[in-house]
Amino acid sequence: MTALALGPVPDVALSRINPVTQLAAIVVVTVVLLTSLDLVTPAVVLAAELCLLPAAGLRTPGAVWRRTWPLLVSAASVGVVNVLLGDDADPLDGLALVLRVLGLALPGVLLVSSTDPVRLADALTVHWRVPARFAYGALAALRLVPLLATEFEALRLARRTRGVEGGRNPVAHLRLFAGISFALLVGAVRRGSRLAMAMDARGFDSGVPRTNARGSTLQVRDAVFLAATVAVCAAAVATSVAVGAWHPLFGG
Amino acid sequence: MTSTSGARALPGAGSGGPVRIAARGLAVRHGSRRSWALTGVDLVVDPGERVLVTGASGSGKSTLLAAVAGLLDDEGAEITGELTVDGGSPAAARGRLGMLAQDPDSQLVMTRAGDDVAFGLENAGLPAELIWPQVDRALAAVGFPHGRDRATQALSGGEKQRLVLAGALARRPGLLLLDEPTSQLDADGAELVRTAVARTTTDRGTTVLVVDHDAGPWLPLVDRVVELVDGGLVEHGPGWRPTPRAAGLSLPPATDGPVLLTAEGAGFTYRGSPAPALRPTDATLTAGRVLAVTGPNGTGKSTLALLLAGLRGPTAGRVEASAELARGVRRGGTTPHLWRAGDLVTRIGTVFQNPEQQFLTGRLHDELALGPLRSGGHAATARATAEALLERLGLTAFADANPYTLSGGQKRRLSVATALATSPEVLVLDEPTFGQDAATWRELVALLAEQRAGGCAVAVVTHDADLVHVLADDEVRL
Repeated sequence: MTALALGPVPDVALSRINPVTQLAAIVVVTVVLLTSLDLVTPAVVLAAELCLLPAAGLRTPGAVWRRTWPLLVSAASVGVVNVLLGDDADPLDGLALVLRVLGLALPGVLLVSSTDPVRLADALTVHWRVPARFAYGALAALRLVPLLATEFEALRLARRTRGVEGGRNPVAHLRLFAGISFALLVGAVRRGSRLAMAMDARGFDSGVPRTNARGSTLQVRDAVFLAATVAVCAAAVATSVAVGAWHPLFGG
Repeated sequence: MTSTSGARALPGAGSGGPVRIAARGLAVRHGSRRSWALTGVDLVVDPGERVLVTGASGSGKSTLLAAVAGLLDDEGAEITGELTVDGGSPAAARGRLGMLAQDPDSQLVMTRAGDDVAFGLENAGLPAELIWPQVDRALAAVGFPHGRDRATQALSGGEKQRLVLAGALARRPGLLLLDEPTSQLDADGAELVRTAVARTTTDRGTTVLVVDHDAGPWLPLVDRVVELVDGGLVEHGPGWRPTPRAAGLSLPPATDGPVLLTAEGAGFTYRGSPAPALRPTDATLTAGRVLAVTGPNGTGKSTLALLLAGLRGPTAGRVEASAELARGVRRGGTTPHLWRAGDLVTRIGTVFQNPEQQFLTGRLHDELALGPLRSGGHAATARATAEALLERLGLTAFADANPYTLSGGQKRRLSVATALATSPEVLVLDEPTFGQDAATWRELVALLAEQRAGGCAVAVVTHDADLVHVLADDEVRL
């Protein structure tokens, strides 16, 4: 159960890069990968991303697998489906698609593995002027998510005490699941409004300009990180052009 | 201002001292209700005074609290009379308010303890360099035993409430409102919180209003006690003590019957968890006797209840029903957790700590008829059972009401009644008296004694020493 709990994320090497810098880098990578339809560009970008895995604390194959298995499974199925159903079914196109999906999603995995949610909210409000109501409200709500898993199990057992269970009937299972989900939603809304009241009582969003106790600073290394991201993307496109594989979204 | 006790050494954020509360002829009626929740309340609380507001459930305590906190205007309530906080309207004084409510999990915002205390100071616009010293002082003042970096999810309930208190006090509130802050804690956790409140308010730096139906434990740390009775206020003199809830209670005695359910070395470990939630434990449930399961938090009392109730299978040892109890089950033999739900409810009834989790319908009558129907009873019999139980619990007037709209005490009685509706021979209850006022407490005790006298085997998981004293025939201490 503790695996589900949302807590502070321990610092890793990549945590020294400000979350907004990482978000900016994600934008760069996304633009490049969405517009390049060839195999070489995503391959180069993905290779660079893989080099960052240890910096995000993902050092063993087991740790990488735990963080990325849903991504790997969905990328593989997207590739297979496209090859099977595409008009001109070229396995290389399928592979290019898989690499693009992975290359697009892996930066998100790196961000989540290396970034404490509180630091992300700090960075967004300090540097990008994201409203505190949104950033810290989402943060507080996120804290309650792990409670939902515990609550779901309690509601399932509570139904058994009333003589209600799925048994072997799939329709009954579906109805049971719907009922529990609804009860869960009602409970979440009520708990959420209590939380909002508690935040209110501590002066949240009361019109006073908010300060930030932890602060969030951008350093030289942030500029270097962003520049390196741009450089890697440029190198990827350049390599692709050089070997004659480049295939942009517009034109060609 | 001295700080030898560490009590009031929080310079900075707030302005002004403790506030004064004055109510004259205050009456409140909630939008959807016909009757008045408060009728002509006169109350003056001087700056720095510590006052306990007590009263039975439904007496208007929550309404008075919401009025003082300035929250009634948002709800469209009808208000007559006069109420001022700090000389002005309660809503205008909201910035001077510190609040500690019941559920710790819906009051914490951040993932680290220090960040959570800092949250309220950030909101006040305090410069960052002034925040951390103030956070450290607030944590020390409430006796928080961990560092700033402690993950909030790793705290016990009592520690969480202390942290919320530190977060409120760091803002130097002129008024501290405590809304039954210990009702969800065990005895040790509750004591931790009351000690922290006592330590931080002895210097009269803030006015304190405690709202709690359980007056006794607060008496040493408040200046005076007022009680709400049917929406009106009664002032109690010094030396007032609440009537012990067990006074004059006469209960039918235990009877002796056969053993119905036994746990032999039954333990439980969650998958992937290194430590067991419940160590191997023996327990015997006998017809006509009450077994109390006691012990500190975290020893697996509720887990043992789930095993006895046939809701989980033990991962060590076994839980076995007697041949008599298991007679006629369609599946699972003498192993309750393998039984079908329909077979389970007529043999083992379970009452959860939170009544709402067990409500499945939108009508009291349907709620009581559900169990009998699900276990294969006829519609007419189920209806008759439901009506008899409504009558027994004095809830006939609410037969068509939605269970969620009942008061806390009524919800508790209803959840016990739903378990009784299928006439189980074994009854398992998890903290049935938690947060209940004296009237509901007495009614529950009488109801359980009645079941015992009728030959039911009852298991009660509880922290409630009074309950153990008046009702328990056997005890398992974890």
